[in-house]
Amino acid sequence: MIRFFIRRIILLFVTLFVTSAIVFGLTQLLPGDIALLIKGRDASQVVIDDFRETHGLNAPVLVQYTNWLGGFATGDWGKSYLDSSDVRTTVLRRLGNSLQLAGLTLLLAVPISIVLGVVAAVAQDTWVDGVISIFSLAVVGLPEFVTGLLFLSIFAPGAGWPDWFRDFFLPALTATLVLLGYIARMTRAGVIEELRKPYVRTARLKGLSTREVLFKHVLRNALLPTITVIAISVGWLIGGLVVIENVFNYFGVGLLLVEAVERKNMPIIMAATMIIVFFFAVSNMLADLLYAMLNPRIRLG
Amino acid sequence: MTTAPKDNTQQAVIQAKDLRVEYRINREWLTAVNGVNLAIYPLEIHGLVGESGSGKSTLALSMMNYMADNARIGSGQVLLDGQDIAPLSSQQMRAIWGKKMSLVPQDALASLNPSYTIREQIAEVTQQHMGMAKDEAYAYAVEMLARVKIADPEAVARSYPHELSGGMQQRVMIAMALSTEPRFLVLDEPTTALDVTTQAVILDLFRELILNNQAAALYVSHDLGTVAQLCDRVTVLYGGEIMESASVTELYAQPLHPYTVGLLNSLPRHHDGTNTRLSTIKGVAPSLQQRSKVCVFADRCPVAIDICRAEKPPLETTPDGRTVRCFRWQEIANNELDLSPPEERVTETSDEADRELLQANSLSKAFGNSDLLDRLLGRAKEPLQAVDDVSFSMKTHSTLGLVGESGSGKTTLARSIVALIKADSGQIELYDEPIALDLEKRPQDVLSELQMVFQNPNDALNPYHSIGQTLKRTINKLTSKNMTDEQVAARVEDLLQAVRLPADYAGRYPSELSGGEKQRVAIARAFAANPSLVVADEPTSSLDVSVQAVILNLLKDLRAREGASYLLISHDLDVIAYLADEIAVMYLGEIVEIGPTEAVYNLPSHPYTEALISAIPEPDPTSGKQRILLEGDVPSARDLPQGCRFHTRCPRKIGAICENEAPPLRDASDGHVIRCHIPIDELVALQSQPPVAAGEGK
Ligand code: SF4
Ligand code: SF4
Repeated sequence: MIRFFIRRIILLFVTLFVTSAIVFGLTQLLPGDIALLIKGRDASQVVIDDFRETHGLNAPVLVQYTNWLGGFATGDWGKSYLDSSDVRTTVLRRLGNSLQLAGLTLLLAVPISIVLGVVAAVAQDTWVDGVISIFSLAVVGLPEFVTGLLFLSIFAPGAGWPDWFRDFFLPALTATLVLLGYIARMTRAGVIEELRKPYVRTARLKGLSTREVLFKHVLRNALLPTITVIAISVGWLIGGLVVIENVFNYFGVGLLLVEAVERKNMPIIMAATMIIVFFFAVSNMLADLLYAMLNPRIRLG
Repeated sequence: MTTAPKDNTQQAVIQAKDLRVEYRINREWLTAVNGVNLAIYPLEIHGLVGESGSGKSTLALSMMNYMADNARIGSGQVLLDGQDIAPLSSQQMRAIWGKKMSLVPQDALASLNPSYTIREQIAEVTQQHMGMAKDEAYAYAVEMLARVKIADPEAVARSYPHELSGGMQQRVMIAMALSTEPRFLVLDEPTTALDVTTQAVILDLFRELILNNQAAALYVSHDLGTVAQLCDRVTVLYGGEIMESASVTELYAQPLHPYTVGLLNSLPRHHDGTNTRLSTIKGVAPSLQQRSKVCVFADRCPVAIDICRAEKPPLETTPDGRTVRCFRWQEIANNELDLSPPEERVTETSDEADRELLQANSLSKAFGNSDLLDRLLGRAKEPLQAVDDVSFSMKTHSTLGLVGESGSGKTTLARSIVALIKADSGQIELYDEPIALDLEKRPQDVLSELQMVFQNPNDALNPYHSIGQTLKRTINKLTSKNMTDEQVAARVEDLLQAVRLPADYAGRYPSELSGGEKQRVAIARAFAANPSLVVADEPTSSLDVSVQAVILNLLKDLRAREGASYLLISHDLDVIAYLADEIAVMYLGEIVEIGPTEAVYNLPSHPYTEALISAIPEPDPTSGKQRILLEGDVPSARDLPQGCRFHTRCPRKIGAICENEAPPLRDASDGHVIRCHIPIDELVALQSQPPVAAGEGK
């Protein structure tokens, strides 16, 4: 266990470091002078020089990078190019929004999809299974912006829907639909696979009830891969909901990053990427950890 | 062998009456078990034998009224203590399953839930049926584990299934099955996956526990040896029908059905001369669709006559109370039919003088060396020494058999010869030329000289290539001569013929072949490159005995025909002895005895070899062989015992010297070497006396 942690934490820092270098390098390749881009072609030389001075753009690239790195590590994430506001405050506020959205999505998606998957597996090859399978296939296939726009037009403004419903619940519901089909199909496959294993026969021949066999024996093993998938999806829920955030105009980290890229707002690009990569890595680590904790056959380290 | 209680006035514990089991396949109900009558009385162990596909497992489970989802009891009754359980639903069976009847399955590991500890799984049964509270049930689980002679029941109770050895897992299943003192036990091939030494211990345990529990048991097996050792009565099943049923003594002394005769004759037995052929039953068991209103065995029967293909023979009762289903049983009983194996002899011709083929010097291989982080954290593990300083040599036209329990290192040794595993150190010489230990560094011609046949033929066959393509590719890749397409095609045909497959098999794909046929193709593939040495790793252990006989005969013929040598690995000494000129016995990475086959089988033997030989189940209930039971499991190769590696289990251990000093190699006779502290003449004297049972003997 300790060994696992040490290894993964080292890995996490290496990942963050490498991504920061890559992202920084890529932004240097962007054509055009950043100061000109931000302040406009008509800006006076004084304004431009001033801008370069405040954001340390006059130093050599490598120095710029190490400055940024040092700042980031010590909590000074820089100032926004656009309005000189504190990047850390902005990014963390957006992160808070993203975390709320992710939380509600998981709360909705996990129970519903697991129930659907288990029901489909137990009723394998009956019409119930068919309906669930078609439904989950359909929702996986639908792009998020389609479902999102659909929801927005169904629950049109002015029909008395409270703000939180349209601003917060609907985006979560849209994200839920994306995860739903995926997790449900995973669960169904897992349960069907476990049901065929000889230990299920052992359990039945002990005289246990169908419910005990299913809940105590089968699900314990069948949900292992599902849990891993759920843990991994946390990373996606934090950084990957750009389309949904866009449709619902929800101020999450994903949207922030897209805006920053459009405007070449370097400090925000860097900080937002770091946050997203961090959550991806941590959710992967969490997935492995959970898997190992629930599976006595795996001993970490 | 105990005598069977045959007081038939008693009520049977379990009885099948005209039982018919059907499977639904493509919307049609097909009969898998047809009109079976079978009764098992208290204290009786009833053997059920037959090849795979005979319906024996289906019958056994249907006697527990446990059906696959697509199966049903079509007609007939299953009486448990006189009460018909066949009409009961699964819901109603819950009161009986686990309480009055239980199952000990073949694959213990897969039959245990990987996520729960042993005691949780055993406790489930007693909580369910005996109303025990959790603590009580846990304590009782430990008690049950002690009853199946697990040395440290407390620790095993808290373990997870994967942490235990195969023998230990099977004991856990037995403990679980017996914990409610059921009336009826189904033992479904319970020792097939185990080493012969472990098997001997488990079989003894069954006998003792079943007798103590006043239970009745159905023992399902394809292994006539273990049936002879364990059972009182035996029923032979073929194509879902009973072929014959008798007490074991009667059945083995005078089988009445041609199928039984075939099964018994296809067993390799070490006391046969090495050159006698195994008799084989041609063909394969009929599929469900093929069973018709004729004798189901007619297509494979060597003495079938016209009526056999026109009518179904009735199940008749003989004057001495046996039952048999064959029109010609009286002729067989009177020895009027010749069903004995043909005394063919294979002549092994070789003109060239034998010369040195392969020499292995001080080969060693360890697994699991610790990495840097482990060492930094100070938790470096001992490496697992699978093969430790092993040397042996082979001549051309010879067969060396390697035996040992699982964990002995025999497979690692074989694989390092063909460089599937790279040995850590040592030298290998082929025709007196050193060759690389590393596969990449071996030139083409060395690769074609050394070929391998695996236990599972699927490992050698690409499912997307037809048999012909597979053979062609091997020929083109491994033979340096530039052959024309016609020559290659001719060679493919020749190879198929050599393994007795029709030429049109070249166009078939592996999925269309049976297990035995696939193994034949794998053998043909190994010979495609004209090798000097074929390494065969358990080539028959996943096959039925009758198919095994075919493969063993084939290997024997090919050796003569192609002039190759074999390095044959098996856990089955009889299989080894059938083919090998020389035997090497491995234990924990070392060769403890090596010598000519006859010498290894006869006295003196290394104490380990002695135990291995004695553990072989004789297919003869009257043999009354005294078995030496080895205590415990093979120790871990991460933590090798000091001194003699066998001292933790050796029944002949002579004292502290065995624990402290590595034993010397002693020459027993010409080319026969034994690694033991006991001098040869003393070994002879000791082993001529009746064996001492180790610790837990009966
Ligand atoms: S009935 Fe005929 S075909 Fe069937 S086993 Fe007897 S002799 Fe052979
Ligand atoms: S050296 Fe001792 S322990 Fe080893 S086999 Fe011989 S008698 Fe047994």
